[in-house]
Amino acid sequence: MIAQDEKIGVYVCHCGTNISGTVDVSAVAEYARTLPGVAIVREYKYMCSEPGQDLIRKDIEELNLTRVVVSSCSPLMHEVTFRKACNDAGLNGFLFQMSNIREQCSWVHDDRERATAKAKQLLAAAVLRVGQQVAMEERIVPVRPETLVIGAGIAGIEAAVRLADAGRKVYLVERLPSIGGHMAQFDKTFPTLDCAACILTPKMVSVGQHPNIELLTYSEVEAITGYVGNFRVRVRRRATSIDPTKCVGCGLCWEKCAVKKVPSEFDAGMSMRTAIYVPFAQAVPNKPVIDREHCLHFTRGKCGICQKTCPADAIDFDIQDEILDLEVGAIIVATGFTLFDAGELARYGYGRLDNVLTALQFERLSHASGPTGGEILTKSGERPGAVAILHCIGSRDENHLKYCSRVCCMYSLKFAHLVREKTHAEVYNFYIDMRAFGKGYEEFYRRVMSEGVHFIRGKAAEVSTVAETPEEEGKLIVVGEDTLLGVTRRIPVDMVILASGMRPAEGTEKLARILSLGCTRDGFYLEKHVKLAPVDSPSDGIFLAGACTGPKDIPDAVAQGAAAAAGALSLIDKGRVIIEPITSEINPEVCAGCQLCIMTCPYTAIHFDSERNVSVITEELCKGCGTCVAGCPSGAARQKSYEDSQIYAEIEGVLA
Amino acid sequence: MSKPKVAFYWCASCGGCEETVVDLAEDILKVVDAVDIALWPVALDFKKKDVEAWAPGEVTVAFINGSVRLSEQLEWVRLLREKCPIVVAFGACAHLGGIPGLANATTRERILENKYFNAPTLDNPDGLQPLTACTVYGCDLELPEFWKDVKPLDEVIEVDYYLPGCPPPAKTVMSAVTAILEGTLPPKGAVLSPAKALCEACPLNNTKPETLSISEFKRVATSTPDPGQCFLAQGYICMGPATRAGCGERCIRANMPCRGCFGPAPGARDIGGKMLGALGSLGAADTEETSMVLADTLVDLVGTLYRFNLPASLLKRQYTSGTGVPPVM
Repeated sequence: MIAQDEKIGVYVCHCGTNISGTVDVSAVAEYARTLPGVAIVREYKYMCSEPGQDLIRKDIEELNLTRVVVSSCSPLMHEVTFRKACNDAGLNGFLFQMSNIREQCSWVHDDRERATAKAKQLLAAAVLRVGQQVAMEERIVPVRPETLVIGAGIAGIEAAVRLADAGRKVYLVERLPSIGGHMAQFDKTFPTLDCAACILTPKMVSVGQHPNIELLTYSEVEAITGYVGNFRVRVRRRATSIDPTKCVGCGLCWEKCAVKKVPSEFDAGMSMRTAIYVPFAQAVPNKPVIDREHCLHFTRGKCGICQKTCPADAIDFDIQDEILDLEVGAIIVATGFTLFDAGELARYGYGRLDNVLTALQFERLSHASGPTGGEILTKSGERPGAVAILHCIGSRDENHLKYCSRVCCMYSLKFAHLVREKTHAEVYNFYIDMRAFGKGYEEFYRRVMSEGVHFIRGKAAEVSTVAETPEEEGKLIVVGEDTLLGVTRRIPVDMVILASGMRPAEGTEKLARILSLGCTRDGFYLEKHVKLAPVDSPSDGIFLAGACTGPKDIPDAVAQGAAAAAGALSLIDKGRVIIEPITSEINPEVCAGCQLCIMTCPYTAIHFDSERNVSVITEELCKGCGTCVAGCPSGAARQKSYEDSQIYAEIEGVLA
Repeated sequence: MSKPKVAFYWCASCGGCEETVVDLAEDILKVVDAVDIALWPVALDFKKKDVEAWAPGEVTVAFINGSVRLSEQLEWVRLLREKCPIVVAFGACAHLGGIPGLANATTRERILENKYFNAPTLDNPDGLQPLTACTVYGCDLELPEFWKDVKPLDEVIEVDYYLPGCPPPAKTVMSAVTAILEGTLPPKGAVLSPAKALCEACPLNNTKPETLSISEFKRVATSTPDPGQCFLAQGYICMGPATRAGCGERCIRANMPCRGCFGPAPGARDIGGKMLGALGSLGAADTEETSMVLADTLVDLVGTLYRFNLPASLLKRQYTSGTGVPPVM
């Protein structure tokens, strides 16, 4: 029900042709005139423009509007704009409601008649809802100065160092025993052929030594509550079984470890590691962890040789996982990517045929500290005479990754160069399109072409060992169409490198749930705006950097890490943030003192007043999450701005 | 001055509400002293034409129990509404749809099919079905229409007051009658019971642990609760936190978790949804898998959470396409 003396102003936006192209805006405006309490209806080409906002301001002043509805785009886009316009004209911004007839209507429909009908329903919902809204004052809350960075690959490292250099405290959480991410595994980097370790290691060291960075490796974020400026983070530090205050990283323990056949994750399975290990020589922190899945002490209850060997007495099998509760003002998510599993494409023989390698395996093979000391050798220890590099493994594939993984063309060129340089082997690159779009990339492509690499335009169809000619005997035969020549090629080689694409890192979805982040269809995190806010998440105070939002090369990941740090810093330096005054309250007239809400409140903001036999919310502690409202069976707990009456009014509007 | 007259009428109900009137025991004498009973089909013989003959306002108040599903019930309640200045929905069925309202979880077609074709005790070789009109030995017979769903009383006529409960306790009936006689009734539309949830009055409320976490939902059909501890804390679905108080905690004192017959607490519109929200917050499950295991122990959700109020809830009834269904009103 809308009170009789209400005067609601309704403004329907054309958004150029974004809305009016599909929705009959005039019909929607005409319909709005029939809704209860509506005093004025206007349509305008761009409501968000200055003249558009002026319409609202003028009407509020001249017609004494009591409430305002704008039917336009998503509130994420312009709620703040219009709320401010209302405030400017003296109308409390919370007496404003937006109905989204662009993202939720015109952009997703093409049937003009039905889209118009839907726009009317959405508008009716907003009008009925706004009639139930109440004026509120925004709250200003302080922002904590600490930042949480999740993921210590190059993007996370960059973000952490930038913030730490600015004098801000950073908690850097990394799931693996060492920071460095994928970049630490790489040999050279395109297009400059810098050694990855040479440019990364100093950064890693500075992270390890930085007084403002608290490094939490072998740790995972388990839960996050709170809101911009005031997040509470629960981190699980997995038990390393090593006392870091005693360990000096001498390495005696892993030399003596009885378990020696665990495939090394860092070497992409190209070498074996021990059960107590550091993943690689330059690891930060350079202290081992015990992999309890393989350690004999944990699997069979015996051994303990490392403990006996350790001169510092640093090994403690009884160390348990530790739960840390942190408070931070901002969060930067930089969880990176994982390689597409080339085993999903059985036709290329990965996992089935020897000498078929993934890109990361080749990086390790070519790396000076890799399993062969940087020599490119086949499994039998010989230099290959011919090597094929297959682009777009998994990428640009309707059945797998629909997108281009952005880095594979360039690293494939880098591989071609390295193979030529180190072995003089013939190199065949099977590519669909060559994407060399970054700074110096096209030049690098020309350089590699001039080095005698063969480029075959066409996606390889299969890798076979069935020889058809004597020359193919004992070789890997790459079969594929050369679309420039229009013939099928069979190329016998000694080694095949699969340029696997990038997909979201394992655990991306879980973290999305913890942080309430959205994901694209491909599983990468969704930015607030893909062009204008690429490192902002839709949630205030949470930033995104690096490959967690989609495939990135190193320069882009670094740029994003720095940009995210700037975002966090501008928030922290301001020191306070305006948040919506949406808190919950318990109506003592209704509350029966069942106390179920107290158990659900993540902020311990509710206590039981035994004298009055009711539960009471302390407003200063309430973050307005609404959990108690959902959990209150009697309807005594209510969330401002999400009152039952408001939501029912909205539903009734949709059904009107 | 003549005594005020009251009417009692029943629609789709079990007779338990009538029993409540009898349960007034010696108080019934006070009632009879104070009022004349003008209509009471369970005890006395009246005809519709007797009621039709009442002058408007002659009978002050009609207590109507039972939910409404037959066209005949509609005729009667409309007639009583027309004649009586005050109509009280008496008991859970008239108030919210009650136990008969659970029929809304299925369809009219399936009910008739079960009853006339599938029931194991049935002998119906000619495949007879009920008709609203037929001719037998040259006589035209009529039967009321059976609607597609069960309705609470206020969906078909305006209701002035509600006496909740299955059945309403004698005490609340007596105080309602007293209030009518003394003219101390609350504003129209009120439910004549305290505006709080049952926990307020529950003798077990102070046994609720500080953190309540349910890892398995139990049922009184397969296990017996400890009478000394909050049922919810034991894993039994007790509707008390979501249910209006005023019943005298009869079930609780008989070691039976609240079944919700008094309907939603005043702040809640949909008791089942509210209770499900609460249970969702209390489940001891933090992964999808453990949640599914826990959810599997929730048996007969609609029957448990909406036992007395399905027709008045947001769920209302099973979706039907609406074709071939007789007009509702």
